[in-house]
Amino acid sequence: MDEKEKFVKPYGDTQDDGIIQMSFTIPLSLPLSREVAKRVVREMGLVDENIVYEKDIYGFTFFIVYGKFNKYIDTSKIKMKVEEIKKLDYFEIEKIMEEKLDRKIKIIACTLGTDAHTVGLDAIINAKGYNGDNGLERYKGFEILNLGSQVPHEFLIQKIKEFKPNVVLISQTVTQKNIHLKNLTLLSELLEAENLRDKILLICGGYKITPELAHELGYDMGFGANTYPSQVAYYIVNEVIKRNLLNKWS
Amino acid sequence: MFLMLWKNKGIDMKKGVLNLDEKRITYAKSLGEKIANDVFDEIKSYTTKSIERAILRILGINGINSKGVPYVNSVIDKIQEKDFLSKGTIFLLSNSLIKLNVDSIQKLIEDIDNDKIDITKIELSDKEKIKIVAKDLIKDGVSKIIDKKRERENLISEYPLKEKPYLYVIVATGNIYEDAKQVKSAAYIGADMIAIIRSTAQSLLDYVPYGLTTEGYGGTYATQENFRFIRETLDEISKDTKKYVKLVNYSSGLCMPEISALAAIERLDLMVNDALYGIIFRNINPLRTMIDQRFSRFILHIGGIPIVTGEDNLIKTVDSKEFYYTVIVSQIINEQLAKNSGMNEDEIGLGHAFELDPNLENGFLYELAQAQLVRELFPNSPIKYMPPTRYKTGNIFFSHIMDTLFNIVSVLTDQEIQLLGMLTEALHTPFVQDRYLSIENAQYIKNNLKSISNEFYIKDDGIIRKRAFEVFDKAVEKLEEISSIGIFKALEEGYFSETKRPKKEGRGYDGVIKKDDNYLELNDLI
Repeated sequence: MDEKEKFVKPYGDTQDDGIIQMSFTIPLSLPLSREVAKRVVREMGLVDENIVYEKDIYGFTFFIVYGKFNKYIDTSKIKMKVEEIKKLDYFEIEKIMEEKLDRKIKIIACTLGTDAHTVGLDAIINAKGYNGDNGLERYKGFEILNLGSQVPHEFLIQKIKEFKPNVVLISQTVTQKNIHLKNLTLLSELLEAENLRDKILLICGGYKITPELAHELGYDMGFGANTYPSQVAYYIVNEVIKRNLLNKWS
Repeated sequence: MFLMLWKNKGIDMKKGVLNLDEKRITYAKSLGEKIANDVFDEIKSYTTKSIERAILRILGINGINSKGVPYVNSVIDKIQEKDFLSKGTIFLLSNSLIKLNVDSIQKLIEDIDNDKIDITKIELSDKEKIKIVAKDLIKDGVSKIIDKKRERENLISEYPLKEKPYLYVIVATGNIYEDAKQVKSAAYIGADMIAIIRSTAQSLLDYVPYGLTTEGYGGTYATQENFRFIRETLDEISKDTKKYVKLVNYSSGLCMPEISALAAIERLDLMVNDALYGIIFRNINPLRTMIDQRFSRFILHIGGIPIVTGEDNLIKTVDSKEFYYTVIVSQIINEQLAKNSGMNEDEIGLGHAFELDPNLENGFLYELAQAQLVRELFPNSPIKYMPPTRYKTGNIFFSHIMDTLFNIVSVLTDQEIQLLGMLTEALHTPFVQDRYLSIENAQYIKNNLKSISNEFYIKDDGIIRKRAFEVFDKAVEKLEEISSIGIFKALEEGYFSETKRPKKEGRGYDGVIKKDDNYLELNDLI
């Protein structure tokens, strides 16, 4: 690794200028809000802050600000916890399933608890998929039970016992007051308590979900924004084979 | 749209620019009317717990008992347990007023709540006598609602609305005090209509929470006190800005009649109200919510509050190009259902949306075609045009451009209620600055393109006109099918959003009650 790749900072229009663009609101009026805004930027560790736009929005002031990041990030010290998921397309994944599995992978999917938002779930599950990438329903190798939105934890547990899935996919969109963390944690705890955890691949998804967060909450994997159905499909197929999950329910 | 040009060419303006066949429109609406009439035949002999609670609300009942249960719930549940709800609340209360010495209705309700009085045990008086008392009883409540309607009319003549399209934004903090701050900011920046989004899944609650609330997820609970607080906040701003700002809330769900009554009492100005939405996306029992919807629309009509419907949702989970016709189908049905509840066309704000895939070639032309089609099918209705949501990502910059295209279509096709998109749509409930940016965007387009619709016309054999005809034809075809099998069967078979909803399943079916001969209909009493 050469020096330029080892020590890195944000790039505006010249190597190492460190330029960062941001916008935020201060709940005060001008001119005091401007002074607060500058100090916020400095406290973030940026220098040469430049307020390029400010607008009084009645009780608040909106700012667009540039600042320079003065340090370098040493990339040699970064340890990535989770590998980037490899991307295969629909046909490649179908082929793997055909060759390596003798029956369908059973999947239960839903949004959990109070969450009614199915946009993410629909994009991944519905045959239509997202942006031209087929949804999981279209894969011949998957058998899917989509429970829809606002599924109570207890009901989900009951369905898991009945359907005996190999994979459970949970979507959480609403994150206000960290409700998604509570919802997700409760499920992984209930699965442990019911001795179901080892039988399934437990996956969560949503805009604020990361693989790290998922691991922390007791999930095998988490998918965040910009995830395509084929990425989820490939992960599922790989893990089900690796963990021999088709033979865990007797 | 494009009126000047057509006038010059000597073409009948009423036909609009798409030149749809008037006879075909009339035919489509007659199919909708048949569907609505069939619904009415199926629901007219039922009431629901929520309708009965709404009646108590109209009588002025408010508050919660020592267990935290709203009086209206506690009392209606007690009557239902005794199997007396079939007679109707007005009938039972009026009968008890004849026999008992009652200070106030509120006191009577509290006595029923704590079991001091059992109104199901009171000997029944002569029905005509009860009816006279009932008329007197309901008159007071209804006249308060009519007073609110007058109050709104007076305020609007004093503080007139701006020109159409009305800019509609949402506020959704979960905390009514934070909402008030953001409502204030939005109103001063230039919003014409402000909706307080409800807490996630409030539509599934079979009661209306009480008080000023500060804990909601993805929105703030709709309560009578919250309604009043925000209405007062907006009225104060109107005095300052000399512009009336309309307050919007949501009544779809299990408390449709009750929340509609509260909206009328607290002078809200527009209510989202759509049984089909509740059935398909909230799994609310079809029968229950159709019964509730009819009553709620009747109350909103008395209060002079237009409804807006939720057709935009129909194309959020299925291919939005292929299934766009379902928006038109639902609009035609919704219009006729609303008319069947006594609403006028100018009170029926049908919904549609800009939801095509941004990667679609000529997508803008299709959006334009669809928006214009809706405008021409319902020329007298305050159409609610919804912004893109489903194809939005974390790329807030691109998202802002999508909203700009949406704003352009809105101005080009003379929409009335323009719900503004937020650049952070895919990420979180709107930040205070998001609302500012979206209002600024919309105002820019509205002003900069002000007269554009008079400057262009649609090619006879072009893509736009072809798309509009294709959608309308498909909608008529589906309306024919639905009118022959009825809406309940159509819901059972998954005609909308590929979701199947059987008539006797779903939430709230246990709150549907067959009325008996004693039941006094509200519209016979006023």
